[in-house]
Amino acid sequence: MGLNSLLSTATETRLQAGPAETRSSRQAPSRPSRGARTQQGRAEEGRAGRTAAPSPAPSGSGAREPRRGPGGPARPAAPPAATRPAALALVTLLSFASRFHRLREPPHVCWDETHFGKMGSYYINRTFFFDVHPPLGKMLIGLAGYLSGYDGTFPFQKPGDRYEQHNYIGMRGFCAFLGSCLVPFAYLTVLELSKSLPAALLTAFILIFDTGCITLSQYILLDPILMFFLMGAVLSMVKCNSRADRPFSASWWFWLSLTGVSLAGAMGVKFVGLFVVLLVGLNTIYDLWDLLGNLSLSLVTFGKHLLARVLCLIVLPLALYTAVFAVHFAVLNRSGPGDGFFSSAFQSQLIGNNLHNVSIPEHLAYGSVVTMKNLRMAGGYLHSHWHLYPEGVGARQQQVTAYLHKDLNNLWIIKKHDSDTDLSDPSSPVEFVRHGDIIRLEHKETSRNLHSHQHEAPLTRKHFQVTGYGINGTGDSNDFWRIEVVGRKTGKLIKVLRSRVRLTHVATGCILGSSGKTLPKWGWEQVEVTCTPYLKETPNSLWNFEDHINPKLPNISLDVLKPSFAEILLESHMVMIRGNSGLKPKDNEVTSKPWHWPINYQGLRFSGVNETDYRVYLLGNPVIWWLNLITIGLYLLITVCTAVALKRGVQLTSELKELSRVVLHAGGQITLGWLLHYLPFFMMGRVLYFHHYFPAMLFSSMLTGITWDALLRFCAVFLSPSTTARKVHGGGFLALVLLILYSFYLFHPLSYGMIGPMASNPSSPMAGLRWMDSWEF
Amino acid sequence: MLGFLKEPVVVTAEINVNLVALTVLALISRLWGLCYPRAVVFDEVYYGQFVSLYMKRIFFVDDSGPPFGHMLLALGGYLGGFDGNFLWNRIGAEYSMNVPVWSLRLLPALAGAFCVPLAYQILVELHFSHCAALGAALLILLENSLITQSRFMLLESILIFFILLAVLSYLKFYNLQKHSAFCGSWWFWLLLTGVACSCAVGVKYMGLFTYLLLLATAGLHFWHMIGDQNLSNVCSTACKRYYLSLFMVSLLCHFLARALALIIIPMGLYLSFFYVHLALLYRSGPHDQIMTSAFQASLEGGLARITQGQPLEVAYGSQITLRNVLGKPVQCWLHSHTNTYPIRYENGRGSSHQQQVTCYPFKDVNNWWIVKDPGMQQLVVSNPPRPVRHGHIVQLVHGITTRYLNTHDVAAPLSPHSQEVSCYIDYNISMPAQNLWRVEIVNRESDTDVWKTILSEVRFVHVNTSAVLKLSGASLPEWGYRQLEVVGEKLSKGYHQSMVWNVEEHRYGKSQEQKEREVELHSPTQMDISKNLSFMAKFTELQWKILTLKNEDTEHKYSSSALDWVTMDTNIAYWLHPTSGAQIHLLGNVATWASANAAALIYLCLSLWYLLRRRRRIYDIPEDAWQLWVSAGGICAGGWAVNYLPFFLMEKTLFLYHYLPAVTFQILLIPVVLQHLGDHLCRSVLLKSMLSALIVAWFSSVYFVYCTFSPLTYGQPALSPPELRALRWKDTWNILIRKH
Repeated sequence: MGLNSLLSTATETRLQAGPAETRSSRQAPSRPSRGARTQQGRAEEGRAGRTAAPSPAPSGSGAREPRRGPGGPARPAAPPAATRPAALALVTLLSFASRFHRLREPPHVCWDETHFGKMGSYYINRTFFFDVHPPLGKMLIGLAGYLSGYDGTFPFQKPGDRYEQHNYIGMRGFCAFLGSCLVPFAYLTVLELSKSLPAALLTAFILIFDTGCITLSQYILLDPILMFFLMGAVLSMVKCNSRADRPFSASWWFWLSLTGVSLAGAMGVKFVGLFVVLLVGLNTIYDLWDLLGNLSLSLVTFGKHLLARVLCLIVLPLALYTAVFAVHFAVLNRSGPGDGFFSSAFQSQLIGNNLHNVSIPEHLAYGSVVTMKNLRMAGGYLHSHWHLYPEGVGARQQQVTAYLHKDLNNLWIIKKHDSDTDLSDPSSPVEFVRHGDIIRLEHKETSRNLHSHQHEAPLTRKHFQVTGYGINGTGDSNDFWRIEVVGRKTGKLIKVLRSRVRLTHVATGCILGSSGKTLPKWGWEQVEVTCTPYLKETPNSLWNFEDHINPKLPNISLDVLKPSFAEILLESHMVMIRGNSGLKPKDNEVTSKPWHWPINYQGLRFSGVNETDYRVYLLGNPVIWWLNLITIGLYLLITVCTAVALKRGVQLTSELKELSRVVLHAGGQITLGWLLHYLPFFMMGRVLYFHHYFPAMLFSSMLTGITWDALLRFCAVFLSPSTTARKVHGGGFLALVLLILYSFYLFHPLSYGMIGPMASNPSSPMAGLRWMDSWEF
Repeated sequence: MLGFLKEPVVVTAEINVNLVALTVLALISRLWGLCYPRAVVFDEVYYGQFVSLYMKRIFFVDDSGPPFGHMLLALGGYLGGFDGNFLWNRIGAEYSMNVPVWSLRLLPALAGAFCVPLAYQILVELHFSHCAALGAALLILLENSLITQSRFMLLESILIFFILLAVLSYLKFYNLQKHSAFCGSWWFWLLLTGVACSCAVGVKYMGLFTYLLLLATAGLHFWHMIGDQNLSNVCSTACKRYYLSLFMVSLLCHFLARALALIIIPMGLYLSFFYVHLALLYRSGPHDQIMTSAFQASLEGGLARITQGQPLEVAYGSQITLRNVLGKPVQCWLHSHTNTYPIRYENGRGSSHQQQVTCYPFKDVNNWWIVKDPGMQQLVVSNPPRPVRHGHIVQLVHGITTRYLNTHDVAAPLSPHSQEVSCYIDYNISMPAQNLWRVEIVNRESDTDVWKTILSEVRFVHVNTSAVLKLSGASLPEWGYRQLEVVGEKLSKGYHQSMVWNVEEHRYGKSQEQKEREVELHSPTQMDISKNLSFMAKFTELQWKILTLKNEDTEHKYSSSALDWVTMDTNIAYWLHPTSGAQIHLLGNVATWASANAAALIYLCLSLWYLLRRRRRIYDIPEDAWQLWVSAGGICAGGWAVNYLPFFLMEKTLFLYHYLPAVTFQILLIPVVLQHLGDHLCRSVLLKSMLSALIVAWFSSVYFVYCTFSPLTYGQPALSPPELRALRWKDTWNILIRKH
């Protein structure tokens, strides 16, 4: 009962609010320029106003006045409809021209092309590999190469290798195509958000003439692909929002599902795509919150809204993302360089892997030759080699490490702890290893025993060191290990691959484990193996037996071990995450810091070092970047002023109301995007590069377009009685565009290549442009 | 004039007996048997060494936090007459007679005791009933983990005290705001908020999060003030305009007062902690070497003894030692010795086979270099000395071997992308000497600056190849005696400390003959100048070191992950009696922790429910009750969140005691939720009385748990193994049982 009465009063107040609003809008002073508008433009507005009127604006909670404002009179100076397609065409044309200009140059491998080109080739050759990024980007590169006739034979060994007769233009062209699409996407996004052609054009010009964006789009890299999906997601989100007055219409569904598809794409290229997922997620929550507060919508309708979003923004992207991985694993079915990163069960799926279609003895026996793999994700094989621990690192005995690759030094022989009889003698009886047995592990190549003692481990100081000890298998009692299968009882046999085994050092009671830390140069940058006195159950201290050679035992086939797709998916993600967090900067290495990026502190050398080389340098157009930087400060200032003014309840004209809506709402959305794509990098421990900033830079450019347009408009409104009003806006806009064009003229050699002396040399044509000492072009 | 005599002098005192009784109980619970055990308990072993260093005025750096907490502990030692002579080497070691255990432990215990009345006051200021406030205080009083943590020389209780004090004073200030802004007590509480915040940050960096929470709350409240429309509806337009301008002025005053009290004063106080810290610790000590030479030279003893009286300006002919500014992995000096690079390395690459140049972590006569003018032959300082300036080109001559520092286009032994650095030997093959270096002073004020001992940070840029002399951080193999590799970095990507060097020891060379010079090099330096670092320079360096110094992430037997804390799946054994089974554990009151979790969960669910319903314009509770619910939750649940969630992002070793500030806030939430349940959700009398009965039963269970675990909290009486086994309520708890 209480609910009903509350509902009715609420609707009443809403109804009362309706006419009041229209009255205020009627009172608003009409602008002189309105009379000059074309018939068509006005007719369009009229229609927009009508459709908005009966169906309540979804965002219209009482507190958020500006968004509810009737669209008609608030929309200032909308240009004739015909100019918009023309502007779009112009922008697209310029964008494509700038990206495809000199695409073939330089005809050699540039920077990270060596990775991503190589991975594209792997897809063409169907060889399994491992990378820290999800597979979609490289799959698309591979597809582009395949379709354009590249045969996958170029080795992409190192930057600077000449392509010669190989067809690389298809792959570069594909990336350039996606990179060119960014500009129209940004243009449409800004147009949709601010409803202002100048703002959209300014954004487009900034992106077209930014040397950094051009350079990054011209090579075989993941970034243009990532940014394509990212901008696609933002654009379709914005489009979908603007169709909020017609929910569940065809175009609404189209844009909503397109948002989901783009999200899946962005996540499928790099994990950085997660930030745009967050952006869309926050926007959706905000949207739903608005809908919930709209009392004219029944809860059933709200439920429909919720369901539609769950379907398009969660279920659909997840399905697509999974599908990408399914394709990835289906295509790559041959053994390759990435095998060792994955578990034994997974490897048995790859053609050419030594575990593929093999049959090995099932139960472990004394005398068996085995390899042991650590069970932590991306754990290595227990390994030893003819090198000693250096002086000062525990005892000077032979190193024992974990090694990710297959190697003869990974082989160990299982022996009894108390007898040293030659078990390879075919006449001796087979004796199986049982759970709880005390064994000795002898390294096959060096005949030293796996050994531990109470010296501190090289990196993890609180663990004990593990070494290879003894000569020809004769050691001491510190070589004894108790072998235990997790979750088994005494006396059970130990199965290859399937048994999860723990090795307990008999003398000290510690457990053999791999700490996951990389040893320094003396340990060949392999992974540390220690004996941990902390008896916690972690995969770090669990092992399984992978290869197993024992001629006296019957073999069984490995097909029973086939992992399910879900397991493969989970495993590959764990491996990728580990790989990503493993990319730590080394000591004394100068790395790029996130605060360097917005100020364009330092670029990246794409190609060429010496004076005679064809040099390309990834650096943003400094004029544009600094303009972007200033604009962020400016935007904050404007926002604070506007917010305080609104909070104080200052009476605004409808035009100013519309402006403040653009600044607060549209600008806020874009700023949120910028923050989400920039701030998380401050917390990342991995190695960072300059090009990580480019997604954030896209948002920053859009913000620049919106802010400057709003600022100029605001100035124009203040001067509105005088004749200079329009000129201020036009003149300011023109000045900005000319500034951008001129700076592009100055800096275009950065993208399109320079030959000649370095800029640090005063005789170079670029010498005067080296505005910061840290630039090295 | 004598008007005040007309009225009698009356003193009215209002004493809240509840509060007094609580304080007394808290003091008893925290101070009872404070000297027991008379042995080092857990992290006392860590903080104790700093107290000793304070007593001896020896400089140290502790990367775990700012110095205010350590200073407070040291104050206790100072008042107790501690002379600092105790070897803090292991947990459980018996204290010698000169250690004033009681006074060392007194301050944390007092801080822990005063948390109880603070909790009471906070709930009162949040406009909850005295009954709820009493409940909150009792829960804090009977919380075993807080008692354990306060009874020893540890910092958490002090941190919690300052956090609660800051919250209380902000609430007092905010409640005074409506009626008596800018009065004396308003200022007092506002200033106290700032002071308590900076003290909390000064004790441990965790305090920062509560400070931020309070700042955000203050910001929000101020934002509401801006939107306060009351004034605009008072009177006509003309008078409205007048009031508006008046309002703007008062708004500005409010803003300035808050900025002063909540930002400027805390910053000033924070600086003053460091000022006192540096003023107290003026002697050199074990942590010197991680600081720069300039800092070290400002301490008494240590490097200052060596460098005291050195000439300031480096001149042609100066004999110098060059220290790498980075100081990682260890501090080291540019070094050379007669051994040469091996002709072939292990991996088959070739070298120049010239004399090795390395970075050596110990003082050695082979660390001496002579600055030579390329145009002149002499190796002595002329009279008057010709100082070396920024941009000058010099040669560096190794003092003992008289060879020139050289680099050339040969790959370095361990970093093949960089150039090898050697001392040049003329093998008469087509490999000319390239031994000219340009001196670039990084921290110069002008381009004509003179190269100064200790103060100047210098880059050496090779003239022929523009490579920069750099410490690569790798240590050489056997043939290089495991010293650190020095290379010429060709592609110098900006500034990095590994490329910067400073002169540490310095004297003007006098002997032209090699033999004499060797004698001179072996003799200690003597001459006269003084250098002083400004406080701000010292502060910046020390602060930077504290923030960036990373201890190797160590695994500890009692370390735990943040997820274990909520359910208290972990404990920490603080101390075990050497013979009997008496022991002290950090273990929370299980009943309290469980109900705190339940309260947090109920609060979250109810808030979400109310929010969604309010969005649909359905108001379940009156508006003022809702405001109360929100503000109490903002402080209590917010305090819990900001003190807990950041640990998920931290990569350091975590212990259960890190959770204590968070759990304190969580406990405050229990009475908040209970009172709300009683007032608004239990509508009938029957339900209300049932709730009261439940509360009483539950309170007695809290008391029961407190009593049960008090032997582990106070360490006495000693329990027998079966009794101990009975206390092991969770399998994951590690309670020590002696095997006989």
